[in-house]
Amino acid sequence: MNSDKITKYILFGASLLILVVAGGMLYSLVEGSLPSFRVFGWKFLVSPEWNPTQGDQHFGALAFIAGTLFTSIFALLVAIPLAFSTSLIVAEYFRKTWFANVVSTCVDLLAGIPSVIFGLWGFYALRPFIVSIGLSHQGFGIFTAGLVLAIMIVPYATSLSNSIIMMVPNELKEAAYSLGATRLEVIWNVILPNARSGITASYILAFGRALGETMAVTMLIGNANILPKGLFSTGNTMASVIANEFGEASGVHLSSLIEIGLLLFVITAIINATGKYIIKKFA
Amino acid sequence: MAPAASILSIEDLSIAYDRDKYAVKNVTATVRKNAITAIMGPSGCGKTTLLRAINRMHELYPNISTEGKIKLYGDNIYEMPTIELRRKIGMVFQRPNPFPTMSIYENVIAGYKLNGIHLKRSERDEIVETTLRDVTLWDEVKNALHKKGTFLSGGQQQRLCVARALAFKPEIILLDEPTSALDPVSTAKIEDLLVELKQHYTIILVTHNMSQAARISDNSMFMYLGELIEYEDTKTMFTNPKDPRTEGYLTGKFG
Ligand SMILES: Nc1ncnc2c1ncn2[C@@H]1O[C@H](COP(=O)(O)OP(=O)(O)OP(=O)(O)O)[C@@H](O)[C@H]1O
Ligand SMILES: [Mg+2]
Repeated sequence: MNSDKITKYILFGASLLILVVAGGMLYSLVEGSLPSFRVFGWKFLVSPEWNPTQGDQHFGALAFIAGTLFTSIFALLVAIPLAFSTSLIVAEYFRKTWFANVVSTCVDLLAGIPSVIFGLWGFYALRPFIVSIGLSHQGFGIFTAGLVLAIMIVPYATSLSNSIIMMVPNELKEAAYSLGATRLEVIWNVILPNARSGITASYILAFGRALGETMAVTMLIGNANILPKGLFSTGNTMASVIANEFGEASGVHLSSLIEIGLLLFVITAIINATGKYIIKKFA
Repeated sequence: MAPAASILSIEDLSIAYDRDKYAVKNVTATVRKNAITAIMGPSGCGKTTLLRAINRMHELYPNISTEGKIKLYGDNIYEMPTIELRRKIGMVFQRPNPFPTMSIYENVIAGYKLNGIHLKRSERDEIVETTLRDVTLWDEVKNALHKKGTFLSGGQQQRLCVARALAFKPEIILLDEPTSALDPVSTAKIEDLLVELKQHYTIILVTHNMSQAARISDNSMFMYLGELIEYEDTKTMFTNPKDPRTEGYLTGKFG
């Protein structure tokens, strides 16, 4: 065999290995979920009760599904105005200036900070502040976790929409300016309509990241296995209940956690696929 | 040269993208109303810069500096609001650039929409139809008004862009090599259109194509290294150029 062929087989083997690992992961998630599925069936998805006490065991994922969606949607709603303004500043108003450079470098740096550090900051800085202004007694809950999560996903929402906004052809903007449009009119009537689907996709992908974020959320959400009652209520997300309980769990309890993992896997896969599809289709 | 009815006078205009690097140097010229004025010259001589200075599009470049004046009916355009000026002086670009998110109909009235001017349905329909007729596009698109403008052929798209520039009934239309991206048939249509339009509008046309300038323009400017070398009646310039550089360019020695 010549070296060309050998290289090809090695590369092929490596990429095949990734496929096998991904497939294996999905397989073990499904297999691990079966005991729980046999006991609770589809009711697992709609039951808010989570009781690991021996003898009285009952598991349902609704509290965590709700906690995850609630936290992530709140985070997204906070992140969008921040990300949107940042994108317009970096990709349009201050495009190619030192200021845009500084801002986008900082935003990119934010993406590289380990999530446990966001958690720590939330715990020691944000949480006491929330208590001091009287929004909540302990400072834990959906609100605190969601705020930190919002900051964490801003870089993801921003960097993609920046490049989408920059891709809007200059000649279209010039056409609008030549018709007497102001900068704001150019932004609303030319840049945004042309970049709309790409910007939407970048927010969907950021949402996908928020769904699965574990460490910082676990440190701040209060880890109460209940349906969250409001923005300042404590709760738990799918990712954080797994992180909290997998160590002591066994039997059906463990299987239920694995089933939650499977659910999260499927949901994030769908969200990511949707975002990527929109980008491919429209951008 | 002092044309009979002048609309625009350029007075000692100099433009630099970077300090002391002049792209246009001390240009003085008067543009005749209801005529086609061609701007010619080798690549990089400042044609586009001069053209864009007339509706102040050149100010979109951050470090540009402008000295001198341009007067529209005697008023210095550099003292007018750009928005108002650009409604009076429309522009057509080198490559057809209809707005891809808008229909043909919306493209024609894009100027109104962008400026937040609200029109009644009947007024809009009226403007769209007459403008598309003016650019001889109506018969080709009247059944597809609500389709995207980007489905049209290059030549049709360029006529749509002319329509978009005309919808405000500007005084002057600036065109920067409007046919350089088009095939000969589409080019001929645009040329006929421009000759037609000069009855109502004043046209300033940058072109690389000498025979185009000879065919359709009334007056011609020849620029070289930022300077206006010669400005003449087109016939005179082509038959009897005064400056050896003009002659050199017209006979294909450079450019
Ligand atoms: N955005 C810019 N920044 C800096 N310099 C520029 C810019 N645009 C043009 N120039 C310079 O200004 C001079 C005139 O350019 P201009 O585009 O006006 O020439 P032109 O006659 O239109 O050329 P062409 O026939 O190639 O279109 C050139 O030397 C060019 O390099
Ligand atoms: Mg040019």
